[in-house]
Amino acid sequence: MAERVFMKGCEAIAEAATRAGCRFFAGYPITPQNEIPEYFARRMPEVGGTFVQGESEVASVNMLYGAVATGIRAMSSSSSCGISLYSEGVSYMAAARCPAVYVNVQRGGPGIGAIQPAQQDYLQATKASGNGGFKMIVLAPSTVQECVDMTYEAFDLAERDENPVLVLTDGVMGTMMEPVILPPMKSDAEVAEIRAKQAHRAVIGHAIGDQHTCEPGGIGDGWEKHNIETAAMYNTWDKDVRVEEFMMDDAEIVLAAYGISARISKVIVKELRKEGIKAGLIRPITVSPFPYDTFAKLDPAKVKGILDVEMSIPAQMRFDIDHAICGRIPVKECLRSGGQLLTNDQVMAGARELIKEVL
Amino acid sequence: MAEDMKKVYARTKAVKESGNSFCPGCMHSTVHKLIGEAAEELGMLDKLVRVEGVGCCGLGQLYVTHDWLIAAHGRAGAVATGVKRSSPDSLVYTYQGDGDLAAIGLAETMSAANRGENITVIFVNNGIYGMTGGQMAPTTLIGMKATTAPAGRNAEEHGYPMHVSEILNQLTAPKMIVRTAVDTPQNVMKTRKYIKKAFQNQIEGKGYSIVEIVTSCPTNWGLGPIESLDFLREKMFAEYPLGEFRMND
Repeated sequence: MAERVFMKGCEAIAEAATRAGCRFFAGYPITPQNEIPEYFARRMPEVGGTFVQGESEVASVNMLYGAVATGIRAMSSSSSCGISLYSEGVSYMAAARCPAVYVNVQRGGPGIGAIQPAQQDYLQATKASGNGGFKMIVLAPSTVQECVDMTYEAFDLAERDENPVLVLTDGVMGTMMEPVILPPMKSDAEVAEIRAKQAHRAVIGHAIGDQHTCEPGGIGDGWEKHNIETAAMYNTWDKDVRVEEFMMDDAEIVLAAYGISARISKVIVKELRKEGIKAGLIRPITVSPFPYDTFAKLDPAKVKGILDVEMSIPAQMRFDIDHAICGRIPVKECLRSGGQLLTNDQVMAGARELIKEVL
Repeated sequence: MAEDMKKVYARTKAVKESGNSFCPGCMHSTVHKLIGEAAEELGMLDKLVRVEGVGCCGLGQLYVTHDWLIAAHGRAGAVATGVKRSSPDSLVYTYQGDGDLAAIGLAETMSAANRGENITVIFVNNGIYGMTGGQMAPTTLIGMKATTAPAGRNAEEHGYPMHVSEILNQLTAPKMIVRTAVDTPQNVMKTRKYIKKAFQNQIEGKGYSIVEIVTSCPTNWGLGPIESLDFLREKMFAEYPLGEFRMND
């Protein structure tokens, strides 16, 4: 039964994962995502699962790798500079076709940066989360409800593709409370059934002649074949592109934003509409695969300007917007970073500046 | 086979009959044989999961017939934690060299031991990086030449050889810590016994066991197999005395 509760983003993510059948979590303390491991530390023993506090992010992501290799649903989470340390393990899991789920509750960067919210890991998340040029589906929620729904679904996507999935959120959503409808709790029987479906790849010990292996690389010349196969799998992701187009039918001014920035931008679009300005919002929900077509189809005769709204300086999603727009429509930026939050006033000011220039 | 003959010894099924690609004089293949024999004697070959380190130990993936996964360099302690906690019925061992376990993987090694993870660690210590071509390891002896210490290791610049078993012996959680060798038939028998005991500990849920095996590397030591054995016994065993640090029964 679905259940409506009032929960903090991080805790909602952990509960959603538990309900999806996640039975292993390893993680290391880092602000602003500590509520995720803390919740799992309480919750996993209640459902017969395992919580391990790793000695580092490096250890935690490698524990995740070991757990997922046995066929269990497993997860980890960290934040920004911690996620940098995940690069090794995530690359190994992508190479070994391990369906792991992990969460980045972004904070300010680069370096140790700031503990406050930011969106400064966009390029790392969508283009190069580790060595070797692999890709992942990256889900970018903009409400606590979406944090729940996307985490719940992430396991299915990961297992479908035998590839890691990243939930890319930030310190605002991780720490704020909202009413959410929780998805149904999978029964022990369902969890066992899900795991049984992974038996073909589970490294748990088998009779001689039925050897199971988990290979993040190859000795010899077979490894290119692996890369060709994963590239073909990435090419099936057009169907997985998700995007919200808000008041876009007649829009002349388009705000482009994901996650928390999109939420702020939506308020501004509504304000501008009250003034009679035809504003709209494009919100990538999957930032990988990116909704390039949504931007590419914009008609320069109708759309006069795009405002890229991000909590990152320099801009990062801008690269994907430019890739789709190819200079056909002017693009301006409205940015904060280093843990400083965008405000309604600032996004409104950015929009007005764009309007002055292009309308 | 004649009726009055019976088979008293057979090759372990844990390794392929096609052979291995270790260098002449290398002791990895002997250790693999002992792991297989120990698991077979316990009737656990079908539960055996190898968490393989990176380096020459990684050549084992071509050689073994049981389940394996490859950890990133040094991370076997963490990966094995994930495997064992998620699949408690599996018989999980890590197979790591000294560069893997004692340099890049020191945090994962110490922490898995300190948590008392219910796993078996096979630590093959030959005092040098083999796969990458003879670079200095934390376990390289003073005066021993390496490609990254061409004049030989010196304490002023590089510090002293690291004694992993002695360090782990400071921790409370580990149940079994031994240092052994496979240079003589007696030591081979003893090492098989240790590996079997370490597996038994895991099966009985007793916790962390490590078997350190001091071996030679003729290729990167720049010595012949026989000279390597002399060096092993005279120099390596002097720095790394064989023995039982802890045998909690």
